[in-house]
Amino acid sequence: MSDAYLPLLVALPLLGALLAVAAGLGSERGPAVVAPVVLAAQTGLAGWLGSRAILDGPLSVGVGGFVAPYGIELVVDGLSAAVVVLVAVVSLAALAFVTEDDPGGTAFYAEYLLLVAGLSGMAVTGDVFNLYVFLEITGLATYALVASAGTGRSAVSALKYLLFGTVAASLYLLGVGYALVATGTLNMADLATELAAAGYDSPLVLASFGFIVVGLATKTALFPLHTWQPDAYADAPDSVSALIAALVSTVAAYALLRLVYTVYTPAFFEAVPVARDALIVFAAVSIVVGSVLAVTQSEVKRMLAYSSVSQYGLVVVGVAIGTPAAVFGAVVHLLGHAIMKGGLFVAAGTVADVTGARTVDEYAGLADRFPVLGGASAVLMLAMVGVPPAVGFAGKWYIALGAVRAGTWPVAVVIFASTLLTLAYFALLVERMFVAPASESVLAATDGGRDGDAEGDALGPSPPPTARPSRRALALVVGAAVVAVVLGLVVTDLGTALEPTIDTLLSP
Amino acid sequence: MIELLTTKYTYLVVVALLGIGAYVMIESDNFVKKIIGMNVFQTGIFVFFISAGFHTEGRSPVVQSGGGGGPFVSPLPHVLILTAIVVGVSLTAVALGLVVRIYESYGTINERTLEEVRTDE
Repeated sequence: MSDAYLPLLVALPLLGALLAVAAGLGSERGPAVVAPVVLAAQTGLAGWLGSRAILDGPLSVGVGGFVAPYGIELVVDGLSAAVVVLVAVVSLAALAFVTEDDPGGTAFYAEYLLLVAGLSGMAVTGDVFNLYVFLEITGLATYALVASAGTGRSAVSALKYLLFGTVAASLYLLGVGYALVATGTLNMADLATELAAAGYDSPLVLASFGFIVVGLATKTALFPLHTWQPDAYADAPDSVSALIAALVSTVAAYALLRLVYTVYTPAFFEAVPVARDALIVFAAVSIVVGSVLAVTQSEVKRMLAYSSVSQYGLVVVGVAIGTPAAVFGAVVHLLGHAIMKGGLFVAAGTVADVTGARTVDEYAGLADRFPVLGGASAVLMLAMVGVPPAVGFAGKWYIALGAVRAGTWPVAVVIFASTLLTLAYFALLVERMFVAPASESVLAATDGGRDGDAEGDALGPSPPPTARPSRRALALVVGAAVVAVVLGLVVTDLGTALEPTIDTLLSP
Repeated sequence: MIELLTTKYTYLVVVALLGIGAYVMIESDNFVKKIIGMNVFQTGIFVFFISAGFHTEGRSPVVQSGGGGGPFVSPLPHVLILTAIVVGVSLTAVALGLVVRIYESYGTINERTLEEVRTDE
């Protein structure tokens, strides 16, 4: 079904970024007003188009009136609808934390809106080269946002991220080049048939698959291509790490899913089983090593970052197994992980603002002083481990179910082992928060004073602790916890909504 | 081998550029040189696209009225690479901006010196 409003999903935040710059010329507070208005409109638009795509079937439009496969096509099906809505809602919610946490400024809000434009574009595009362009727009905005902490440390992390990200995107582009040489088309739907005609065992097609997977896996931060990610997450401003941890890698993983199933189709995996096996092994190693690295971290933001490496491994393993249950599990885990990890990063940022605590040991006794914050983050952590009925359980359950049904038992074992490891690092944190006697920084925070603790200072001049978490930050963390649980409860409804899309994806 | 060199030499250039770019990015300690390596790497990919669109004795794809006049060089890769070059320029600009920031904070743009400075922190 054709829909003229579809390009607005990208155009609105893009225009918003310009508006933010224009507003910044007029007044200091201008951009801070423009951003929430634009994102609220974006959320409404995404919700409206997304619900129509789920209820009435996929929407598509040829940009500029050029019909596909010659023009660039934008498509929203059930899956991209879910991602677009996630991007809009999470970026709007994270904005509430930005105003608490950051100096802000015109450039910051403009970059923020550009990031939303890039992410929405990645979700809705139906053209592989256009996906590259949006990938780079997302990348550019993310590098700038990571560096917006203003410290030398964040600039080094951002540069490292930029070098990695650019090579990743370049490899993706090379893969697109191979596919173009093999088929002469760039449209995803068209590529699916043309690649089959070119022959799945043709070296061109195999090379394009390899380059595209490696490029997007770097953007998703799978082991051993994750090395940019912990630094970038740890050194970014707290609100930015919440936003990028929730969205950037999520959308890259979505792009991987989209390319594997819409462009290469399940028939490619059947023709070249080694490609699927390689992807499964790659992801399984990522699950285990990411969890092990997370266990060894003492800094909380780093621990959460390494935990992401393992969770995206889970998503990719679900994608690679490719039974309806596994793919549904991957989608659920992708959405759920974005909400849980975003919430946890907001919690970590709030704790750092209030008490200066950044390491696991400094979290000791936190729940006694700040029961709501401690309780909500504990719920999020347990959801992440996979305690029913939270969404973390639902995602892992469906992926494991798919693995068992597909006969890939080792994957189920890996998922179980990673769950135990996830429990190990989060249980340690929960134990510190609830059982251990209060640490100095937590005590100092409630006294209203603060002695110079090294970890807080190393990350730049943080504002003096207010000794109370702000209402907005608390609302965000509690909200994320509630959504994580509720999403787990309604997962069967989500399944019914996404079933037609996943069936279309998986039918050859 | 000789035939490969004379007919497919653009692809050898692609491989060489990708290799040189990756080597410079990994091996150089200087951030500016790393960025130059990144540019060389991207240029390798640009050359790949351009050579993929090339046609022996192909003309510029301007169709005369009434059609005909082929064979043409494929315009699509050129258009794509024009976009990719713009992306590359923006990336380089952001990267150099970050290098300036790093120099302001640490007084060095050398990765190894930077590590020493940071261990003293």
